Amino acid sequence: MAKVRGAIVVDIERCKGCEVCVVNCPTDVIAMSKDVNSKGYHYAYMEHPDDCTGCTNCAIVCPDGAITVYRIKN
Amino acid sequence: MKKNLSEDFSMEDSLEQIIQEKNLVYRPTRLMTGATLSYCPGCGHGTIHRLIMEVVEEMGIQAETIGVSPVGCAVLAYDFMDVDFTEAAHGRAPAVATGIKRLWPDKYVFTYQGDGDLAAIGTAETIHACNRGEQICIFFVNNGIYGMTGGQMAPTTLEGMVSSTTPYGRNVEQMGPPLKITELVAQLAGTYYVSRQSIHKAATVRKAKKAIRKAFEVQKEKKGMAFVEFVSNCNSGWKMTPNEANQWMEDHMFPFYPLGDIKVDGKLVKNVIQDL
Ligand SMILES: Cc1ncc(C[n+]2csc(CCOP(=O)(O)OP(=O)(O)O)c2C)c(N)n1
Ligand code: SF4
Ligand code: SF4
Ligand code: SF4
Ligand SMILES: [Mg+2]
Repeated sequence: MAKVRGAIVVDIERCKGCEVCVVNCPTDVIAMSKDVNSKGYHYAYMEHPDDCTGCTNCAIVCPDGAITVYRIKN
Repeated sequence: MKKNLSEDFSMEDSLEQIIQEKNLVYRPTRLMTGATLSYCPGCGHGTIHRLIMEVVEEMGIQAETIGVSPVGCAVLAYDFMDVDFTEAAHGRAPAVATGIKRLWPDKYVFTYQGDGDLAAIGTAETIHACNRGEQICIFFVNNGIYGMTGGQMAPTTLEGMVSSTTPYGRNVEQMGPPLKITELVAQLAGTYYVSRQSIHKAATVRKAKKAIRKAFEVQKEKKGMAFVEFVSNCNSGWKMTPNEANQWMEDHMFPFYPLGDIKVDGKLVKNVIQDL
């Protein structure tokens, strides 16, 4: 069966750790890192990459334009 | 244990497979300059900038678009959106945009203004530009507060809402009720398209982008003023986390500032008198 799989790439230095992407992900893919970026923000990352469908929700709500989204069907 | 390991490996393999240029489905538009936004984490200004630039990119009008930035947190908007820009004195953006558009009627001219800028000090410019039906777009960011200067009460501040100048909440007996300037300008003959949107959820972002597109199309067809309000958060001024602020906005701002089109093709599609 064809399964849609996605992945996001977070621009760690652009991320301000606002967590708006986290609540907008329908499959709870995103969590905040323990580490901080050079500005001191905990940045978003894929905690559950397997569940990403590449729906783009997180990217279009990101105020800082820090997320790029990829998607394949296999 | 072994099984888990091999699953992890295949996971990484497939991530590499997915993250390739040919599989790209969304990247932030290059019409954002890349400069670090001066906004607080989770502030709506950044999202609204990006949506405007996405529409400009999709319409292929970057070289013909001129923005007018406000006084307020978005005062540096010209550093972030890669189109020609000028900066207006506080509240005067619609007057400046009027001049630019009348000199260059074939350019796409928009203002970008906060609620303090547009609905307080700039009320006269807003109402008269709308009434004259200037062929421009006004993008109005309503966060119910003067964000930049430390969260003072704005005309848009809700009844009972706490701000730095209304520490016990806005008292409408003393300060008057909040001003629905969008419903007000919708009643003027010069406005052709008037809409209220928000940008805190993926679904509302998609709708907001359509409204921005519609606004630029109205300008293309020289039909009149296109006025789009975005109800947004000022999480710093409201003293909440971004997600708390967005929830508070849904619970308190949306009932008073209902989302959706108000005037389409020059005709009211909502009972604005009842909404006032
Ligand atoms: C003539 C003048 N009066 C007052 C100010 C102070 N001032 C700067 S920004 C601002 C209000 C901004 O609020 P708003 O337009 O809602 O923008 P926000 O920061 O909330 O996005 C005020 C009163 C000023 N810069 N110039
Ligand atoms: S693309 Fe969709 S599924 Fe993937 S992380 Fe973003 S919101 Fe979640
Ligand atoms: S929405 Fe953007 S800035 Fe906010 S946490 Fe997610 S990636 Fe970072
Ligand atoms: S003070 Fe408010 S409006 Fe200004 S950048 Fe911060 S959150 Fe946004
Ligand atoms: Mg404001």
